Amino acid sequence: MIETDIIIIGAGPVGMFTVFEAGLIKLKCHLIDALPQPGGQLAEIYPKKPIYDIPGYPSVLAGDLITNLMKQIEPFKPGFTLGERAETIKKLEDGRFLVTTSRGTKHAAPVIAIAGGLGCFEPRKPELENLEKFEDHGVDYIIRDPEVYRNKKIVISGGGDSALDWTNYLVDVASEVTLVHRRKAFRGALDSVEKVQHLAENGRIKLRTMSEVTELHGNGVLSGVAITDLEKNEVINVDAENFIPLFGLSPKLGPIKDWGLNLNKESIAVNTFDYSTNVPGIYAIGDINDYPGKLRLILCGFHEATLMVQSAYKHIYPEKNLVLKYTTVSGVNGFEG
Amino acid sequence: MKDMITIHVEDLKGVVHTVEAPTDMGLSLMEAMKANELPVKAMCGGMAMCASCNIILQSDHELPEMGEAEEEMLDEAMVLNIEGSRLSCQIKVTENLDGLRVKLGALTDPEA
Repeated sequence: MIETDIIIIGAGPVGMFTVFEAGLIKLKCHLIDALPQPGGQLAEIYPKKPIYDIPGYPSVLAGDLITNLMKQIEPFKPGFTLGERAETIKKLEDGRFLVTTSRGTKHAAPVIAIAGGLGCFEPRKPELENLEKFEDHGVDYIIRDPEVYRNKKIVISGGGDSALDWTNYLVDVASEVTLVHRRKAFRGALDSVEKVQHLAENGRIKLRTMSEVTELHGNGVLSGVAITDLEKNEVINVDAENFIPLFGLSPKLGPIKDWGLNLNKESIAVNTFDYSTNVPGIYAIGDINDYPGKLRLILCGFHEATLMVQSAYKHIYPEKNLVLKYTTVSGVNGFEG
Repeated sequence: MKDMITIHVEDLKGVVHTVEAPTDMGLSLMEAMKANELPVKAMCGGMAMCASCNIILQSDHELPEMGEAEEEMLDEAMVLNIEGSRLSCQIKVTENLDGLRVKLGALTDPEA
């Protein structure tokens, strides 16, 4: 079992910054996220979009903000449980909470900070017969560990950044990569598109545009797919041990609604004094919470995280007094590795 | 010049909401709907990157032409083939949209 001071559910920018503010007052954190990497929608949906309203940054790419936040929280050695969805919260006899994930990982802490953004992302699935039968038997919607595809024949489907980025990455891992896209043009960043085209021209990947995967083949485990050329209406069969449809993700509130928290529509109602929920010890910060005047901005989430950890400290150590320290005076004293 | 236009939005339960939207604030249809607390997820905030503001045109208003990003997103979200399917974040609220009737697409509902 993983034990810490604050379990942070959601590793987006607000969850990440919570680690920093908690670290300054010597509270340890562990982050849980359904996505396989930290950064939430900034990393998953729009890593290459500039953000203009982060104080001190006239412009910063969403992906760079996440890279910088990772650097900023590094001294505080946060733990991560990634690619697993927080499913249940139970109260333990000693007063702490137990958070269990979709893969059964258990975490215990006196405080939970829910920084779940819009909920957890679930992959958009193509409409294919037998699709569910092949899930975890060759069909993956999220790439948790690229090494799984080492020396495998894989087919990737999609036209956005994740399809392009993974094609560019997995070309050096898999033995054969086919990228299938329904349209001619790709939706991703220009340099990733150019890289993919370059790989196709050099015969390192097979690129099939105006095409769609229309059938899955295999006996229990995936062995191949049928790809239909939508212009010529021709079908070809391709050997494939893995099919990775990357058609984006859509957010679902998911298990959050079953945790006994007061909700306001799809958001968690909080007290703006400290962003506490109706359950003492559970807080909600960032896009997931709601209160009069709420603005869904990253910078507001940072503020909420900062106030929240002060209250979390008093919840954990009711007898101690907390003195506000400035990083200009005290610096950033991390935890020993 | 008309400063306010009227828009009729049918939600997923079939209830029609009539809302007013200003034409002088540079709002998108998505933002106008959200400002009136209509149930539109609009997760990405208006970047044509998520399709959770998908609407289906119900009146014969002429909408601005679809850009490449919008078309590709609708395609990826598998709603491009629906007649009148658009991303409301890519449609500016302008005077000629007065009386517009749209239906919310299924993707606007976070729990659908």
